[in-house]
Amino acid sequence: MSRKQPLLEKLSLRGIEIAPSQVYGGIRLVPLLRSHPRQDLRLQRRQYQEELGIVAVEGEMNHPEMAYFSYIPHGLVLSWGESATEAAFGTQLQGRDGKVLDYGCAKVRLMHRMAKRESRNSLRFLPLHLAMEGFLGMFFSGPAIAWQEYSHQALSQGLGSRGELLYSGGAVEGLEDALRVFEIHENQVGMLVFVADALASAFIVPNPQDYRALHRTLLEDFYGELIYQYGLLYDTPFPMDVTLEADKIQTLPELRKAVAELRSQWGKFPGFMATNLLQRELNSQRVYTAGPFGLQRFITELEPKGENHIGEAIISETGEIQYLKTYRLSAAQTRRVYLLSQLAKYDWNLEITARELGQTRDELALRLDKAGFGYLLKQNVLEVARKNLKKGRG
Amino acid sequence: MDAQWSQQVSQIERQDLVMFINACLSCTGQREFYSDNYGKGVSIDFLHDYILGNYRLLYARTLAAGINHFNRAQIILKLLATGRNTLPQHRQEEGALIAAALNQLPPQRAWKVLAEIRRRGINNRRSRAIVRDYLRSRRDLSFQAVKYRSKLRAVAIHNHLKLETELAAFLFEPTKIKAYQTEIFEYFRKAKYDREAIYALPLTIAEGFAAQHGIKREIFLDRIQEQMTPGEKLRLQKAANREKQEISLDLGQMPLTKLALYVLSLSRAERGDRMTLLDTALDTAARKTLQRSPMHLGRVATVLDCSYSTSGSSEKRRRPLGIALAAHYLLKAAAQEYRAFWTVPQTEALLVTPRGQTDLATPVLDALEWGADLIVIISDGWENDPPKGAAQVLEVYRQKFDPTRKTVIVHGNPVFDTDNFLLRALTPEIPTVGLRDAEDLPTLLGFARFAEGSAGLSELEAYLAARVRELLGESDQETGR
Repeated sequence: MSRKQPLLEKLSLRGIEIAPSQVYGGIRLVPLLRSHPRQDLRLQRRQYQEELGIVAVEGEMNHPEMAYFSYIPHGLVLSWGESATEAAFGTQLQGRDGKVLDYGCAKVRLMHRMAKRESRNSLRFLPLHLAMEGFLGMFFSGPAIAWQEYSHQALSQGLGSRGELLYSGGAVEGLEDALRVFEIHENQVGMLVFVADALASAFIVPNPQDYRALHRTLLEDFYGELIYQYGLLYDTPFPMDVTLEADKIQTLPELRKAVAELRSQWGKFPGFMATNLLQRELNSQRVYTAGPFGLQRFITELEPKGENHIGEAIISETGEIQYLKTYRLSAAQTRRVYLLSQLAKYDWNLEITARELGQTRDELALRLDKAGFGYLLKQNVLEVARKNLKKGRG
Repeated sequence: MDAQWSQQVSQIERQDLVMFINACLSCTGQREFYSDNYGKGVSIDFLHDYILGNYRLLYARTLAAGINHFNRAQIILKLLATGRNTLPQHRQEEGALIAAALNQLPPQRAWKVLAEIRRRGINNRRSRAIVRDYLRSRRDLSFQAVKYRSKLRAVAIHNHLKLETELAAFLFEPTKIKAYQTEIFEYFRKAKYDREAIYALPLTIAEGFAAQHGIKREIFLDRIQEQMTPGEKLRLQKAANREKQEISLDLGQMPLTKLALYVLSLSRAERGDRMTLLDTALDTAARKTLQRSPMHLGRVATVLDCSYSTSGSSEKRRRPLGIALAAHYLLKAAAQEYRAFWTVPQTEALLVTPRGQTDLATPVLDALEWGADLIVIISDGWENDPPKGAAQVLEVYRQKFDPTRKTVIVHGNPVFDTDNFLLRALTPEIPTVGLRDAEDLPTLLGFARFAEGSAGLSELEAYLAARVRELLGESDQETGR
């Protein structure tokens, strides 16, 4: 048994080269290249036709204690080890994955676990939904001590269910066209997607053949509200040009050298634009250990006012990223998780949390209400808070 | 002040015309890799109306500038529809140009134009005369009557043509005559009852009868070969091969670009097997093109784009790549010394496939280093590895190493950019010219200096006038024969 993979603390693009970006409309796509792809790890896409997917996160599939509901257009099948290379695309029989219920108006697929082992060396997981489920579940246990401010429902049933509104890639204006006209590099294994020069997603797979097959799945992934709105608002990215320094060039070989420099500078630049993802501290959680590879999900250290990402990654024994997919949280999502994390940190005590956040208890109560968690608090707590605030103003 | 003003006006006029001719060289109103066909139609239609309204004489003269068939048809229709706006002194030239251009169109396109005249409700003395003369000049009118029967009928009705008895009967009352004197009408009459008669008809007509008689496809294709045009043979080759049968095809007879597109439609393995055959065929086609419009060039380098975007669209499958391949053969045949630089380095030009990103900077540098007299870049104008790499290389080269323009550099663009009514240029330093067929390359090289902006409006007018004389002179000879 190989030793366990270390948990990710920071994303680094070691072993991966960034190539010049391709721009179409407001979308900037930055190809990521890998010169030495691993042959013992393959990813394959599995298409789901159903309108709704229900994933039992805990307990039996038919009696889920905790379940995740979403539209899930595709899953990924990971295979590793020697035989992974032999399985060519399209030749493998697809395993039976969960159970499909047909209600006439809609079909529903019941699935067991976000990541489920299918054979000795293959694993099915649901890309991004894995990370999203972790995100939704995080800090969502509810108060452990029966503080008197909390509503009856919150105390007896926990926080109930939690939902987030997301946009599929097809709804992001221009993304479909940009992916269609994108010219894939020979040894490309991944892509950074910028919408109006905001980092929307990072996507990396183990090797170039897999990438070509999975290129269009970026359209089936989900993106946040911010990215959707940016797609509507901007049809060009920032004008950015890197120019040759014509004064210093005297001969043709010098010109050639200058072009090579230009290319590498162009490559580094989008990397710099992605520093909010690549240089951040991560909170990681191990999901599965597959031979020498580890599947984990993560969230960047929360910055309430900044850019935050969640995602999932597969790390090899040398610490190189073999698979990566990230989602950028919208501002409202960040606010919600920040509030919950702060409450959890201080044992759900409103007084202490408010003090630590530099607010009064009333202000925090109203803030919770605004973020959509008003149902947690007793009615009178909110009413008193509103009244006090009015008086203070008056 | 006045001089400056008029200079500016002529500058704008020159730009307008260059833009229009460029569009006419490349745009066919079809879907492209980067844009759809609806936008294309709207865009090119607007451009036509704009030029027609402002520069009527030059608009008509564009017919002689070697533009593609689609735009030639558009110009003919628009000129015929607005005949009353012609100045009296230009009337004769315009009429001659329209007649000559119509005569030069391939028959299927010409018939479409004539039928379109009826659809658009154009009916004036000149359009009737043009139609009448066109029909009169057809030597094989009865053959065309069979092949384009509905169109000829529409044209005859719209223009009140007096037709000879048998032709009129064939078009309007086919059962009136019991046995036709004209051979092909007789075959057409018999084809309804007689299986043998259909093999004397043109392929497209015979196909319908074959279906009626329930003749097996492979037997039909085998026996109808005599009647196929070279284009039809090329088109049906693949379908026939699927049924394991040969259609004898003289590849050397094909036009160059069509042949290149056919080669690209074959799989790489097939191309590898028939390498020498295809190579010779392309070479022969290139030499034939050169016989018609000779070019004598010295040291020539081509920079050819074979990135993913050259795969074209569902309507123009691999067209940009096909043009690059055809240009490769054409320039190879025309040059004393020749080298090709592909964006993805190739060992064999014949095995090229549209794949990967566009890195134009490296091949351009290679071509410059090799020291060519003429560099022809064939690309859709999108480059992304790095963006504007080749553009900057060319700028630095023009400004620092070659300010006297000793090396001629031309960018041929097969793709029309809908949004700007323009071809996507690499850099203003080098001229960008539209290119629909590799056969147009000689015209393109002549036209490039106007696109560059070094030559003025008067020169462009003189150039067009010379082309007009050429066209009208040629057609005079033809009718004289």
